[in-house]
Amino acid sequence: MTAIRIDHVSKAYARHRHLTRGVKESLLHLPDVIRRVRAEPFRALDNICLEVRKGEAVGIIGANGSGKSTMLALIAGVIEPEAGTIEVHGRVAPLLELGAGFHYELTGRENIVLNGVLMGLTRREVAERMEAIVAFSGLEAWLNEPIRTYSSGMVARLGFSVAVHLDPEILLVDEILAVGDAHFQAKCYDRLDEFRRQGVTIVIVTHARAEVQRLCERAVWLDGGKIAMQGEPEAVLEAYAKS
Amino acid sequence: MTALAIASVTRPRLSYIADLILVLVQKEMKVRYKNSALGYAWSVANPLVFTAVYCVALGVFLRLQIPGYPYPLFLIAGQFPWQWLASSMGGAPMVFIANASLIKKVRFPRHVLVASSVLSDAIHFLLTIPVVVLLLLWYGFAPSWSWLPGIPLLAFAQFLTVYGAALAVASVNVVFRDLERLVGIFLQALFFLTPVVYSVSIVPLQYHVWIRLNPVAPLIRAWQKLFLDGHLDPLLVAAAYLSGLVCLAVGSLIYRALSPRFGELV
Repeated sequence: MTAIRIDHVSKAYARHRHLTRGVKESLLHLPDVIRRVRAEPFRALDNICLEVRKGEAVGIIGANGSGKSTMLALIAGVIEPEAGTIEVHGRVAPLLELGAGFHYELTGRENIVLNGVLMGLTRREVAERMEAIVAFSGLEAWLNEPIRTYSSGMVARLGFSVAVHLDPEILLVDEILAVGDAHFQAKCYDRLDEFRRQGVTIVIVTHARAEVQRLCERAVWLDGGKIAMQGEPEAVLEAYAKS
Repeated sequence: MTALAIASVTRPRLSYIADLILVLVQKEMKVRYKNSALGYAWSVANPLVFTAVYCVALGVFLRLQIPGYPYPLFLIAGQFPWQWLASSMGGAPMVFIANASLIKKVRFPRHVLVASSVLSDAIHFLLTIPVVVLLLLWYGFAPSWSWLPGIPLLAFAQFLTVYGAALAVASVNVVFRDLERLVGIFLQALFFLTPVVYSVSIVPLQYHVWIRLNPVAPLIRAWQKLFLDGHLDPLLVAAAYLSGLVCLAVGSLIYRALSPRFGELV
């Protein structure tokens, strides 16, 4: 069973170029200017094919700007590909950012509702999970305080606690685990292991070698928008480290 | 359990959209009133101050008279609904841009951001209606039973108009940021071209055609008639709904064309 199928997908971003010639010159040579701007888009992903099986955990590694986050954003459906198709089978929880939509004037409890509904739960589903979310976060004592009084680690804990209660079938994780104290991190990893046992598909973007080794059964190394290598995590990490 | 499916394939259910809008409106209301001691007073103060200034400048200094009504009363009947329109439209250009991090990271129907901002302005408008009542009583007028069907009817027409226009402005401003400035200027102009501080009855006949072309004039005039005379003018209501539907259609088309690229442009 395939969870995610990425088929010959390319994504280019228009470069923001200044009109180097000045307005008048640019207007006089408009077709030329347009051609130049069109000719030099930034190719974030170039003809990528990738299949992720149901229940598989895939780690995406690569240098900054190699297209990792673009790939996750495409799978999450927040941007659309230039060419190619993406199929996603199952409920996606895109953890591209913890606590998306959090408002600092609202209390922890109010933010759980806001974030949960934005992430796709109904208000009733959030209410049913409230107790579990609060217990997981360990922030009972702070729940009725505005989160501007929280430390950044506490905010991240709250966000992660909502995220792991979304009952996802596919979890997209973008470098968000480096938060919270050691104790909470251990709790996050336990939860991810639990997701794996339950057969949740996980795609994780990370710079942390240990995360890939611990969690993933396959690593994909992106370089300049192309897949440079993929396969057994140790081998791919080794090759990436040498590059 | 199907709610999360929005992230992949199926269209979100209506009840989920309603939840989303409700939660976002609650957020706006809470944020607006938190840390402000006077709370409600602020949402009344703004239109009241404007009304007072126009009363002095136009009613007292220029001695503008509206046949049949004390000028302050006439002014407030149009000024309050206008204030809703103006604050929604004034905020519209920034709706998507201010929520950039959300749009880039979470997949949800983005139009709910516009809907919830317009709705919370609508609630503020409805909360100011008691002030209209007080002023009516003060001048020896009285509210009418026709308000009961009239207020929801006109408020819905205004919601369609403002939501449609705000959706268009918010979407276009993502690709063309200068629009924000243009909207400010346009609103200023539209205010004086709409019969808010004057009534149609004192406009020379040869200019009436221009007022008929103004898409928000029927709405404002319908509010004035409802608040001042307790009369729900069917022709004005029909015209208000017509322009509401046109705004909604145009706004939706523009949103549909531009929203797929929001994720990379905001």
